[in-house]
Amino acid sequence: MSTENKQYTVSIYTENNIGLLNRISAIFQRRHMNIESLNTSPSEIDGVSRFTIVVNITESQMKKIQGQIEKQVEVIKAYYHTEEEIIYQESCIFKMRSNLLFDERQIQNIIKESNARIVTVNRDFFVIEKSGRKEEIDLLHRELTVFGIMQFTRSGRIAVTKDEMKISTMLKALQH
Amino acid sequence: MKETQTMQNQVKTAETTERISGSEAVIKCLLAEGVDILYGYPGGAIMPVYDELYKYQDKIHHVLTRHEQGATHSAQGYARISGKVGVCMATSGPGATNLITGIADAQIDSTPMVCITGQVGSHLLGSDAFQETDIVGISTPVTKWNCQVTKASQIPEAFAKAFYIARSGRPGPVLIDITKDAQFEEFDFKYEKCKGIRSYKPVPDTDENSLKAAAELINNAKKPLVVWGQGVILGKAEEEFKAVIEKAGIPSAWTILGASAIPTSHPLNVGMVGMHGNYAPNVLTNDCDVLIAIGMRFDDRVTGNLETYAKQAKIIHFDIDPAEIDKNVKTDVAVLGDSKASLKSLLPLLNENSHNDWHQKFKDLYKIEYEKVIKDDLHPTKEGLTMAEVLKEINIQTKGDAAIVSDVGQHQMTACRYAEFNKTKSNITSGGLGTMGFALPAAIGAKMAAPDREVVMIAGDGGYQMTIQELGTIFQQKVPVKIVVLNNEFLGMVRQWQQLFFDKRYASTEMVNPDFVAIAKGYSIEAQKVTERKDLKAAVKEMIDCEGPYFLEVRVEKEGNVFPMIPTGASVSDIRLE
Repeated sequence: MSTENKQYTVSIYTENNIGLLNRISAIFQRRHMNIESLNTSPSEIDGVSRFTIVVNITESQMKKIQGQIEKQVEVIKAYYHTEEEIIYQESCIFKMRSNLLFDERQIQNIIKESNARIVTVNRDFFVIEKSGRKEEIDLLHRELTVFGIMQFTRSGRIAVTKDEMKISTMLKALQH
Repeated sequence: MKETQTMQNQVKTAETTERISGSEAVIKCLLAEGVDILYGYPGGAIMPVYDELYKYQDKIHHVLTRHEQGATHSAQGYARISGKVGVCMATSGPGATNLITGIADAQIDSTPMVCITGQVGSHLLGSDAFQETDIVGISTPVTKWNCQVTKASQIPEAFAKAFYIARSGRPGPVLIDITKDAQFEEFDFKYEKCKGIRSYKPVPDTDENSLKAAAELINNAKKPLVVWGQGVILGKAEEEFKAVIEKAGIPSAWTILGASAIPTSHPLNVGMVGMHGNYAPNVLTNDCDVLIAIGMRFDDRVTGNLETYAKQAKIIHFDIDPAEIDKNVKTDVAVLGDSKASLKSLLPLLNENSHNDWHQKFKDLYKIEYEKVIKDDLHPTKEGLTMAEVLKEINIQTKGDAAIVSDVGQHQMTACRYAEFNKTKSNITSGGLGTMGFALPAAIGAKMAAPDREVVMIAGDGGYQMTIQELGTIFQQKVPVKIVVLNNEFLGMVRQWQQLFFDKRYASTEMVNPDFVAIAKGYSIEAQKVTERKDLKAAVKEMIDCEGPYFLEVRVEKEGNVFPMIPTGASVSDIRLE
């Protein structure tokens, strides 16, 4: 097994209970592992939550972490995937001064070419939203930085797998 | 908690409801789960529950400990000797935080325990109210499961889940935090025992093929070695285990928590593995061709340096917890499942064997250990009393039927090495966490759970003083435990390391101790001190013959060391005899 760090996207299906986020993040914290991004949301199954966590660790560490996560009483199932095995998106929002739109023609091109979207414009500022892969967002950020960004924020990764998740069948079996 | 889930999780056991307070519901839940004893300490935020306890005192015995940590260890001692869930209770804030050491201890040693804490009223949560602390947050990393209850109606499901989770699968501690308003609130009570939780699979399925693969490796092995742990005891698999090792004729060694699963005198019992374990099983770990680990977790104190641990051997690992597989040692065959069921299924697949030549190696190495270590430990020629000769005397006078509750340190290693056990669940000690102060309160719980058994607590002068206040509990409850303090006026294990690895710089390990006998007598506990070998036998006899609790202090040699020893970072086969 490789001892090199790799980026893994961890998908965790859980009951929707208070305190579970703490329990899951503590598993990483205890082993001195940094969480690159974390997102929680509903899943395709009613009443089941889905955590999407991105970490850079070795596969051997990843397997052990998966075991520790699945050991939690309210975790239904945990999977981990490499970037090639998933379709993922991240999202970001830029707030910028409105005069730039008129003074810097380049900005409009950047927005267009990057497939970003202007969410709102008013007298003082406008807001750009972009969803995409990490590199696309990094690029847009670099390009806009030179004009001065008033605010920037970026979401955690959300991902679906190319292969089927067995979770739905598993849960159906449990429910009947 | 969702209603739909409640329906799925629970099977109806009660048809009728009754309107009662949340605090009365707590008591009714405990009674429904078969709780007869709980250990605790009252305070503001748990007072409504204590008020109900007052009404139910003929049905449920509350033991007032002298510190909440004592309550947890007593609950642990109760659980470890009985196999039942130990229960403890405390108030919010400092009462709750004082439970943490015991909870962490129960978590790492897989002890089933339910902890109940009071919490400030739900309208005060997060306001830094008096005695408010985030005990759910604090206890999260050291509990198998925990929850906060803010409405009385949540109490039955919380308790049903708590007991189910604590005792099922790999057992562990759980905590329920109940706000004061939920204790006062009235609701329609109905208790339904938890039969399952959809996200939780306590016992993984056993793969038939893994059992066959394990059997094949064992049948073809020339030099097999079994290392068993507490999983055999927790799985109530002692008989199945014995049948397996006897049929296949495998020398079997134990981890500290596995001790007593089979009698010490069993011919296949080759002793303890690990840092202060026996010479033969440690050395031969690196000589065996198949290592069969059963219900143990390859703790670093067992394996020494992993890079040089049993590299020549095929590893078979039986465990109930999938997260233990490949955690520390890479296995060739993993058999998941409950130890009792797995071992039962394994038995018919095994060939009868005796491995006589291989056994001879253990005997030869035992002789070396005997000459270099054991002889002087048990039959010292020097003046100072050894810890081991005290254990030997206890063995003789209890005929090996006692449960030994040990604390942490040199005396613990000595107790585990030399105590003779005839019965399972007889070695009660803090293995994983190494909690000094564990023994005295744990012995209280053990004796109360098994009043017919002789319970002998053994502690050093350091650990004893960490929970010495529990003498008050023994006094008030009249718990006839036998308390042995092996006093060397040092924190002996740390001193031993200072001697061996820190050029004898005895930093803060020397103890100036009080008059322990006078303290015991202050609690009306019969007590004496032995300083000379000639008085030991009579003193132990007096202790064992005493009907009530008894305190015996034995002054042992000040700078005695525990050997064999695997220095940190060394290989198991580089174990030192001197």
